[in-house]
Amino acid sequence: MRKVTGIFALLLVGLAVAFTSCNNAAETASAVDPTATTEAKDGQAVAVAEKTETPQGLSVGDKAPDFNLKGVDGEMHSLAGYELPDGTKPKGYIVTFTCNTCPYAVAYEDRIIALHNKMEPMGYPVIAIQPNDPKAKAGDSYEAMQERAKEKEFPFVYLFDEGQEIFPQYGASRTPEIYLLDADLVLRYTGAIDDNSQDASKVTKRYVEDAIAALEAGEKIDPEKTKAIGCGIKTL
Amino acid sequence: MVKRFMSSWILLSLLWSCNTSNPSATNQKAAPPAEKTIPVYEQFSEIAPLLEQETDSTYVINFWATWCKPCVEELPYFEQLHDQFAGEKLRVILVSMDFPNQIESKLIPFVKEHQLRSDVLALADLDYNSWIDMVSPEWSGTIPVTMVYSAKGRKFIDRQFKDAEELKQLVKSFL
Repeated sequence: MRKVTGIFALLLVGLAVAFTSCNNAAETASAVDPTATTEAKDGQAVAVAEKTETPQGLSVGDKAPDFNLKGVDGEMHSLAGYELPDGTKPKGYIVTFTCNTCPYAVAYEDRIIALHNKMEPMGYPVIAIQPNDPKAKAGDSYEAMQERAKEKEFPFVYLFDEGQEIFPQYGASRTPEIYLLDADLVLRYTGAIDDNSQDASKVTKRYVEDAIAALEAGEKIDPEKTKAIGCGIKTL
Repeated sequence: MVKRFMSSWILLSLLWSCNTSNPSATNQKAAPPAEKTIPVYEQFSEIAPLLEQETDSTYVINFWATWCKPCVEELPYFEQLHDQFAGEKLRVILVSMDFPNQIESKLIPFVKEHQLRSDVLALADLDYNSWIDMVSPEWSGTIPVTMVYSAKGRKFIDRQFKDAEELKQLVKSFL
């Protein structure tokens, strides 16, 4: 108990130094009061958020552009030319903007692998695209992509958006970011993979898997769009 | 759990020290400053009111992380702001998005090494989709972003500042 009192006194001294005005201190205290008006404000904010659209790029329901990009295997890949291992056409595409260098993308690597391994047999392969300009981020060069794909034994195609021309057409802004397309390349879901960027075991909402399940069942996808903290796509 | 407890405590002590107008506060100022404590918030709702204060102060709230290069590049601009407007009613708050398991290993050493003078807090709410729009519907989720507001209005900047001057001029228009 004496130790605790000591810490308290120490904190008090620190705070007295840090906050010169009483107004400031009172604001800070009320600022983190979990009661009061927080809930009402949250409600309003949600209402506002629902009205917003993707400012640029694709909105859900839009047809996504195809592309022809070089993979780490040295081959060119397009959605139109993509075949599943059994030679059939996919029922949809999990287009994933990701990279080697972003801590969020790295935190999701194993989950992107797992997503492909689970969803490709259902007809929905991951198509990974690396959008960063290597001149802005050396760790995202084509050679570095090849190395990373080899190290992690990526089971999906890993494509280089050379010239950074494809990601703006999709409206991608960060890594990792998912665009789930159906067989007609219509965007059905965009956003995060799930709701926990750090710990796969703590995930409660699997946005991409749920969206595919809804698509398969002919049900409405909800949510169709999510946001997540990620690294901005690097261009010069 | 300990951290949560500590951060509530800091806030309690803040409130307490203010309301009682402790006469010994001036003496305490002379004491060496305690090591900077970084409160960690598990839920966005705990910090949401920071974005909605109705006072005569101007708030500059920057979302950043130690691993984010453009964020780290612009941190000195916020520190300069903090120093330049020390006598004004301005609060600069740096909200770290570092992963919860890197707060001890990365964030705290970083703040110590760079001797950050602005208030730093860590937001460990990983259910990003539940709160990003509450900061601003314009926010796509990339960092850095900055919210500046006062009774005069509100502006959300979803990119790195070009230089300290750009940030300073923007904030001046809110004071």
